[in-house]
Amino acid sequence: MSQETPLSLKDPWVVRSVAVVAAIFIGATILGFVVFPLAQPTARASGLWDAICSAAGIAREPTSQKPIEPNFTVSPAVMTSDMLRGADADSIGRGATLAQQCAICHGPTGVSRADSPNLAGQYPAVIYKELQDFQAGARVNAIMTPFALHLSNQDMIDLASYYAYLPRLPAYHPAGVLPAPRIVINGAPLRNIAPCGACHGALDNKAGSPWLEGQSAIYIKSQLEAFASDERRNDISEQMRNIARRLTPQEIEEAAQYYASQPSPGVQSGAR
Amino acid sequence: MLNSRRLILAHFWLAFLVFGIALVLGAWQMFIRSPLHTWISDPEWYYRSVTAHGTIMGYVFPTLIAMGFGYAISESSLGQPLIGPRWAWAGFGLVLVGTVTAIIPVSLGRATVLYTFYPPLIGNPFYYIGVVLVVVGSWIWVALMSINLRAWKKANPGRPVPLPMFANVAGSYLWAWTAVGAALELLLQLIPVALGLTSTINVGLARVFFSWTLHAIVYFWLIPTYIAYYTILPRAIGGKIYSDTMMRLAFITFLVVAMPIGIHHTFGDPQVGAGFKFVHSTFTALVALPTLITVFTICASVEIAGRLRGGRGLFGWLAALPWNNPIMLASAFSFVMLGFGGAGGLINMSYQLDATVHNTQWVTGHFHLIFAGAIAIMYFAIAYDLWPHLTGRALADVALMRAQLWLWFVGMVVTTFPWHWVGILGMPRRMAYFDYSSPMLSATAFPVEISAFGAIILLASGVLFFAVLLRGEAAARTQTEPYRFATAVHPPAVVPAALNGFGLWIALMVGLTITNYGYPILELATQPGGVVPAVYIGAQR
Repeated sequence: MSQETPLSLKDPWVVRSVAVVAAIFIGATILGFVVFPLAQPTARASGLWDAICSAAGIAREPTSQKPIEPNFTVSPAVMTSDMLRGADADSIGRGATLAQQCAICHGPTGVSRADSPNLAGQYPAVIYKELQDFQAGARVNAIMTPFALHLSNQDMIDLASYYAYLPRLPAYHPAGVLPAPRIVINGAPLRNIAPCGACHGALDNKAGSPWLEGQSAIYIKSQLEAFASDERRNDISEQMRNIARRLTPQEIEEAAQYYASQPSPGVQSGAR
Repeated sequence: MLNSRRLILAHFWLAFLVFGIALVLGAWQMFIRSPLHTWISDPEWYYRSVTAHGTIMGYVFPTLIAMGFGYAISESSLGQPLIGPRWAWAGFGLVLVGTVTAIIPVSLGRATVLYTFYPPLIGNPFYYIGVVLVVVGSWIWVALMSINLRAWKKANPGRPVPLPMFANVAGSYLWAWTAVGAALELLLQLIPVALGLTSTINVGLARVFFSWTLHAIVYFWLIPTYIAYYTILPRAIGGKIYSDTMMRLAFITFLVVAMPIGIHHTFGDPQVGAGFKFVHSTFTALVALPTLITVFTICASVEIAGRLRGGRGLFGWLAALPWNNPIMLASAFSFVMLGFGGAGGLINMSYQLDATVHNTQWVTGHFHLIFAGAIAIMYFAIAYDLWPHLTGRALADVALMRAQLWLWFVGMVVTTFPWHWVGILGMPRRMAYFDYSSPMLSATAFPVEISAFGAIILLASGVLFFAVLLRGEAAARTQTEPYRFATAVHPPAVVPAALNGFGLWIALMVGLTITNYGYPILELATQPGGVVPAVYIGAQR
């Protein structure tokens, strides 16, 4: 900043403006960091230093009480968008061998006739997470848990890669394509329910959410009911439990029937 | 002296062109989200439109106006040709390229993150790169304003810097520093994640960086409006600026306290300490100061004009004012909207009162009233005032201008007042779909319909605005007098060094940034728990 006569530190403008700004800052700081935190009737500050640290936003463990640990196993999986992208051919090949033990329920082509989930073309991160959860005990199933217990981490990655690699095929659902119900497209904002389609397909797909088109209606319904009753609780941050609890039985039925009637994403409905 | 007419016109035309597009999008959003239209069933289209509307209106439109108006001020108030016209064209080119680069991924639905970015949502990298190019282009303008002022000071040692240029350069420095926050967020956080170099992001830190930009950017938008109040309005109605010192004080106060206050946008954020929220709240209250100085000075300046025109008595001067003059009309409308918007702002900046309206439609109503209302209407006025000097063709249809300004004012009131009301009823902002048939929401249905009607009025006003400019293009060329600005009643022969430069005020601005932002940024940056997985737009589509 060009100044024909440079400002000196003794210039009254400098002295006064700095003094005013400093006074306001110091006054606000004393009020915000000391006076108000201590004056709060609900204050939990145990002293001056505690009040200052709290007002400064320092992350810390509250000294008085420990957080309540859940009495069940929490999902250890962390989902990211780029998880398991670009699987190599070896991994897919190993997965194909391992998948032979899965075929009896999930179908030799990854399309089930036993109301188990269709896995062909499912997002790899989704399959990987569920296997992790079965192994850790965050999700419990009499049939799946014993299979998952003996898998190594690499086995789970290989299986996920293999099923993701399989082409999505039309499942057999004779009802014909149904129109989208309100719960899938609009959700129910007043009950804090986002549209199913915002994460699971029909509108958008979000990281960690499986696409549901063509899955068995019985399977979708049973899982929603399991979430609602707290029987299943491996959803991160209770996202699905919070939704499922507020769904009406009719909405669960509509969503399950709708998704079951849809062709798999990327598969033309005429191909069935 | 207006030599760089093509340069200035290019800025204004591009600004108004993108404004027109964003205006149509805004009206469409209002309509499809209201009970007047059945729900479009795909929120993606709504949010895509909101992203384009916000990006254009927030980053491109006002920046181009400030740049174009800044070049005009530099040439005509300093009376010297612009230094660095090639650089100025380069800056314009960067803004143009940046806008196109950003808007393509938005149009394709690859960057539906809204203009405030909202990490951990991550859009296409070209969106962020486009925004960076717009900012870099505007920084060239900042440098040019500084260089031009320096050259003038060298040639005119000891003379007071002309008021319009003083205010203009204050605005440019404010922008240069306030844009740093978003630039840090973009360059250090969003772009690396968008490019796939890392897949996690510290969201709390990103929000605090953005708050650094988010509030002072409004004052950057406001500065051309304030310059117009002080230096165009009194001249246009035959008066003078009441006080040279008051005007300088107003702009340096903006420079110092507009910046270290952004955390009042994160009152709902748990990662920011309550102490810092209070300090920022305090400094936000101080921003009322330059606005109150301005309200006083402008009312006094207008009163001088009214009395010079023969107005008598306590209020007689009001009747004597030239209400047919579009500049007078626009300024009065602007003041009314600034008054209501400012009153609402006092509620937003109060830590406790904000809790009742935080993230509701109240906030949307508030910033539209201030920016789209008080600020944008003066952008129209600036264009009307400057246009004949740029094109050499008179804008003759004053009645059409008045109709346009009236419609904009009425439309903005009809749009934003119901928004404030439904915000108090608890209607959230940034929501695509509302089930108005629910008894809990049915009370908002009618006000939302009214505000959608307001959007249609605004659209009509936008059409008239272009009609005025295009009819001007068809007019015959005339001789125009040199463009000039209002002068003070008592123009000073000398001003204190502190009020003729910016060194002291920039030092205070940077100092307050360090005291008010230093610790929260340091704390959040070193906090490992703040890092979350990024959510890529369309990653699984």
